[in-house]
Amino acid sequence: MGDIILTMKGIDKSFPGVHALDHVDLEVRKGEVLALMGENGAGKSTLMKVLTGIYKKDEGTITYEGKEIEFENPRAAQAAGVVIVHQELNMLSHLTVAQNIFIGREIMNGQIINDEKMNEESVKLFQKLGIEIDPKEKMGNLTVGKQQMCEIAKAISHDAKVIIFDEPSAALTEAEIEELFKIIRDLRDKGMGIVYISHRMDEIKVITDRVTVMRDGTYVGTLITKDCTKDDIINMMVGRVIYEDPKTQSAVAKDAPVVLKVEHLNAGKMVRDVSFELHKGEILGFSGLMGAGRTETARALFGADPKEGGDIYINGEKVTINTPMDAVNHGIGYLSEDRKRYGIVVGKSVAENTTMATLKEFMSGLFINKKKEDEVAWKYVESLKTKTPTVDTEVVNLSGGNQQKVVIAKWLTRNCDILIFDEPTRGIDVGAKSEIYTLMNELVAQGKSIIMISSEMTEVLRMSDRIVVMCEGRKTGEIDIAEATQENIMQLATQRN
Amino acid sequence: MTDKEKKGGLSNNPIVKKIGGQRLVVIFVIVALFAFFCAKSPTFRQYSTILNLLDTSYYVTYMAIGVTFALITGGNDLSVGTGMVCYSLIGGYVVTKLGLPIGVGILLTVLCGVLMGILNGFLVAVMELPAFIATLCTMMIARGMGSICTKSQSINWPQASSAQGWFRSLFKITVGETKYPLGFLWVIILVIVMSIILTKTKPGRYIIAIGSNKEATRLSGVNVIKWHMLAYIICGFFTGLAGLAYGATFQTVAPGTGAGLELDAICAAIIGGTSMTGGSGSIIGTLLGVFIMSLLKTGLPFIGLQANWQQIITGIVLLVAVLIDVIRSKQAKRA
Repeated sequence: MGDIILTMKGIDKSFPGVHALDHVDLEVRKGEVLALMGENGAGKSTLMKVLTGIYKKDEGTITYEGKEIEFENPRAAQAAGVVIVHQELNMLSHLTVAQNIFIGREIMNGQIINDEKMNEESVKLFQKLGIEIDPKEKMGNLTVGKQQMCEIAKAISHDAKVIIFDEPSAALTEAEIEELFKIIRDLRDKGMGIVYISHRMDEIKVITDRVTVMRDGTYVGTLITKDCTKDDIINMMVGRVIYEDPKTQSAVAKDAPVVLKVEHLNAGKMVRDVSFELHKGEILGFSGLMGAGRTETARALFGADPKEGGDIYINGEKVTINTPMDAVNHGIGYLSEDRKRYGIVVGKSVAENTTMATLKEFMSGLFINKKKEDEVAWKYVESLKTKTPTVDTEVVNLSGGNQQKVVIAKWLTRNCDILIFDEPTRGIDVGAKSEIYTLMNELVAQGKSIIMISSEMTEVLRMSDRIVVMCEGRKTGEIDIAEATQENIMQLATQRN
Repeated sequence: MTDKEKKGGLSNNPIVKKIGGQRLVVIFVIVALFAFFCAKSPTFRQYSTILNLLDTSYYVTYMAIGVTFALITGGNDLSVGTGMVCYSLIGGYVVTKLGLPIGVGILLTVLCGVLMGILNGFLVAVMELPAFIATLCTMMIARGMGSICTKSQSINWPQASSAQGWFRSLFKITVGETKYPLGFLWVIILVIVMSIILTKTKPGRYIIAIGSNKEATRLSGVNVIKWHMLAYIICGFFTGLAGLAYGATFQTVAPGTGAGLELDAICAAIIGGTSMTGGSGSIIGTLLGVFIMSLLKTGLPFIGLQANWQQIITGIVLLVAVLIDVIRSKQAKRA
């Protein structure tokens, strides 16, 4: 670890009604990877936006390479060597890789853009990173992992001295994360200061040297990664102890009836001959790496994507599910991993979202019976402990965890007995996570059955009664929770053909 | 091998790749339509028909080139139809009624287009109004404005035989006994120039980038407001040129007309492969789109199908063009 390259001191930033940053400090050294952690809304992204000139700070000083500075805009920050690799990839899918890397500072030949030269320079950058990407390929045709590599290439092409990674691994496969880490270590060894924002505790331990923790817009403290435990970090993040104990024993009776049986399901190359059973009152975990075909299996089962073959039995009876409507009529509810796109209508109220799948029952003649709608919405707000001022509040104003509860309420209103939770806690902060877990446990105690797709190992081990593991579209194994370990799950998850 | 290469088939062919699948289909359709009309009607084969076909395609071409830029940003410009007529009325009015030199009329016509482009660009890029709404409003304004400026009179730009008629020769020149479609030369030159601007220069690159992902472009340090506005100004400039071509091609420019012509231009751009959602499009594609529209418009009467049928067939052609695009992008997603 080298000298300090960047210091942010007493940074204060308010938005109307929100004190987003309350005198936050941050220090980045040359040749280190600094983790910046905190729950959603802790102010990490805001702090980085202040640093790179997207927001103007109200108070505080930024010292970079020994000089006090304030970047006017992201471009000025880039020019000075402070670049950010954004959480949502900032790509222009219609342009080529090289055109993306050089956007805003094209290599010119008079008035004409020199695309050939840009392609050559891109190849050189990729060589530096030890990766191979065709600079002439359209950005939109690359995998998310490759797109991320291009973002990094773009970052280092600015002669970056400080690179900020904002949740870079969120959409990557294990292999891609490995590659990313290799690159990050490389950059660190070349003396760059790296800020790594992530929610994944395991990654923090692997890749970072120090951890700075924020909570509710304030600076909590900084730890040396190798001297602290996960619990230390979590404690600082939430100010309370959260236990992530794995479940040791299935809570489902051996003779519990089978409510859902799927046989030889086939759909595209991501769902190859998948069979499994779901018992009443069970949480069946679906584990696997990104791209293992778990979501695709759920979508095919739910009728959201076309099936090529396979039989589905509900309570022992063979059923035909060709559309989501069929699935819902058979009591299956699907809670998408991408809530904002498929789960809720953000601009509508809690009540409207709650009754969306059941509107027929809330009609009085031609009109919606608002009173009845509100009653049911309130019932679920109370039973699910959804934090919302009223049921007329637009869902967009709720936190991720509470949005998820609204989706659950929607399917409960519909009397769904089988719920498919696809990444139930993605984008939900640590505190709200355990509430969702409690809720899931209550649901199965009431006799509902849950299929839970999750990419977080701790979540799978904590919640599931049984675990189905998939790899490349095939089911590679099924483990009872009593025998499940991270190791045997990972083994099945990487059992490639 | 990448996934894309594995798909195989026709799309692998280097020539097909270079020209682009949809454009190849469009070229094929043009040739087929042309051959069909020639075979069916001997009069269609005549030089005068071809001349007439080209003559009536210039103003649509200019509008379509302009609107292609607006479409590529992910926007639209509905004001080009009534705008074109409005600028042509104003330009013609100062020449024929106020007696100003024709050069002033020409400049004023183009200037009006540019001003409208600035207004549209301001509303869309600076005020961030939805392009559909903003240009719907300016479309109505343009329609009324043309009538007011000319006191609701029709305008006849100077005849070819008159002293100031030279400007009609810019579009159709008579050498000896033969007329030549000089306007087509300008079209070709402008198509080449605008193609280069779109694909090889900063303005074009940024206009495409804005249509692809405006926020990402902004965060890359690009002045998105400026370039976004420029797209509409280019559109306005070309609408001005369209106004000239319109005045030169037709005997009379009538106030209150022009509504609906913007749809021909948008239609041509989309048949030519420009995406309604922004981020992609080509000027050559747009030119080909115009050819299809003009061929149908000129050719169908020769086989006895009148205006109503033209519209139905044009509608079907557009539908097919868009369907091909939708199906292809769906396949690309699945692969």
